[in-house]
Amino acid sequence: MTSELKARPASPSRGRRLGAFVFLSPGLTYLVVLLLVPLALVLSNTVFQRGRFGGVVYEFTTENFARLMDPLYLGVVGGSLRIAALTTAIALLIGYPTAYAIARLSPRWKTIALVAIVLPFWTNFIIRVYAWIILLSGPGLVNSGMAAIGLGPYELLYNQGAIVTGLLYSYLPLMVLPLYAAIERLDPQLREASANLGASPFTTFRKVTLPLTVPGVLSGCLFVFVPSFGNFVIPEILGGNKSIMVGNLIRDQFLKARDWPFGSTLALALIAVLLVLLMAQAWMARRA
Amino acid sequence: MSRIRFTRRLPAAVAVAGLALAVAACGGESSTSPEGTNAAAADDLKPNADLTKQSIQVTVWDGYLPEEFTKGAKEKLKVKDIKIALHATNEDAMAKLTASGDSGIDVAFVSGQYAQALNEQGLLEPIHPELIPNLANLYPEATQLSHDKGNKISVPYTWGTTGICYRTDLVKKKPTSWNDLLKPPAWADKKVTMMTTERWLALPALKALGYSVNTDKDEEIAKAKELLLAQKPHLLGYDDTTFGDKLKSGEAIMVEAWDGWCPTTDPKGNIAFEVPKEGSDLWVDTMVIMKSSKNKEAAHALINYILAPENHSWAAENINYKVPNKAAMERVKVAKGSLLGIKPDELLDGESIVDLGQASTKYTRLSTEVTAQS
Repeated sequence: MTSELKARPASPSRGRRLGAFVFLSPGLTYLVVLLLVPLALVLSNTVFQRGRFGGVVYEFTTENFARLMDPLYLGVVGGSLRIAALTTAIALLIGYPTAYAIARLSPRWKTIALVAIVLPFWTNFIIRVYAWIILLSGPGLVNSGMAAIGLGPYELLYNQGAIVTGLLYSYLPLMVLPLYAAIERLDPQLREASANLGASPFTTFRKVTLPLTVPGVLSGCLFVFVPSFGNFVIPEILGGNKSIMVGNLIRDQFLKARDWPFGSTLALALIAVLLVLLMAQAWMARRA
Repeated sequence: MSRIRFTRRLPAAVAVAGLALAVAACGGESSTSPEGTNAAAADDLKPNADLTKQSIQVTVWDGYLPEEFTKGAKEKLKVKDIKIALHATNEDAMAKLTASGDSGIDVAFVSGQYAQALNEQGLLEPIHPELIPNLANLYPEATQLSHDKGNKISVPYTWGTTGICYRTDLVKKKPTSWNDLLKPPAWADKKVTMMTTERWLALPALKALGYSVNTDKDEEIAKAKELLLAQKPHLLGYDDTTFGDKLKSGEAIMVEAWDGWCPTTDPKGNIAFEVPKEGSDLWVDTMVIMKSSKNKEAAHALINYILAPENHSWAAENINYKVPNKAAMERVKVAKGSLLGIKPDELLDGESIVDLGQASTKYTRLSTEVTAQS
């Protein structure tokens, strides 16, 4: 009797579990095959040695991790962090007012503004980056415009400023969109209540709007920081290869140096840094 | 040169990086074999073997053979089948060829230093000249290549060199020395680019200092690094792919370039190429036959087919690379200014870049140190 009672509720739940498994399996397979397995391969490479032709020699070594501490590579990682942080900060300064303004537009204009923000994404990334060469180069549009009013020419291309400009242009929409979502969601009555209670618009912004949109700020920052940190196309095209970022370093280890173990170790370090950032973001978003 | 041309396309580069990860885990064991010479002995091949029973698997750079190649060759050679696989880079090809005992590949296109390295691992079938009568079409110079004197293990397909590509209308003095690039005069300040692929980044400095491009001596590489670091503030940038465009737009007026990439045939006629007086390199892309091939007679027949003047001239006419085939080059109309006109004996003055094995990481480090310096 008792066993029957126990068995009865167990069987539908087992069925449900099976059902869930069936529905989850395409997604799970995808994750295992395309995320976990490659990640495991990268991870396993890090403890072996470089093969002469780009293969991996399966002899254990910890040398790759020791090389990570080389000031040369630490400097590259530090430089990338600096460039990504600067890009993120400027994106936030531009993105927040933009998102705020869009959120207050009439529904019709809101749609137009949002489409305008997303539109560049429909063009190929490389083409958009190349367009900046036409704008910024020595004989380019900006310099000819400046020359027309008697200024310049300025050195706008092939330096770190050009890298930040390119990153900012490419990833700004990723800052605006989550911010817009966060600001748009705010109940207008909260702002009205704050005003009713005598707060100035600035105080309302500081004490009501900003704290409530912190999760949007954090996701926006993460969305901009992560791809900026690992980017290797923009430093090459707009930076003239004169400064390298960690993405270039990894790419070069695989394609030029044929040093897959060290390339894997660098990739692992990159993933580790980004994981720490993700955890920090999750922790701060929960507190906010 | 193709290995760069095709890697530098970014989507390809991304794909290769992904592939590299995948191959890394399964391949590479054979690269533990000693670096000494253990070239394989020649097999007995029958000149009158029945080719209709043999099919050929080729691996080659994308765009390096004509599109209708397999059709034409199959009809002419009467072989069972010809299949083409593509590789993006030499490294990519090496991963394929060294990953397992039998790669299934009969004929591979790789650069000279890689052919040499494959041979050192005993992976190549020696070339049987009696099966390739068209070897007679090659320039005598093309049998004296330092990676393989006498074409014992490889047959050259294209060749070229590196030099200074410049705007004749914008330079105040024609560049003649690598020092014109390394210490640009005031009128060229910030209007100069260098290549960043490590061996070619080092080449101008090593040659200007009178060293070999294949040096593995730390002190020589350190001296080259000093020169390159001193040069950096005077550069427009480092560029392996778009230096031709920068010259055309006038952003750059002198660039380090591979001959096939210097747009000397531009209709404006204001771009020229100069091999500096200190000397330069000679690169060769070659065809090799794998030891593991079970279709060696057909593989030889295929190489013989490619060496026919009407076939080999395709590369010069369509991808603008010089081919080391005298009979083929004589068929090619050399446009005014075209670098296809560089003579074989001039080319042979160049020093071949050879694979340095473990020492090649020194060049990687050099290139990282130079580019990371701000």
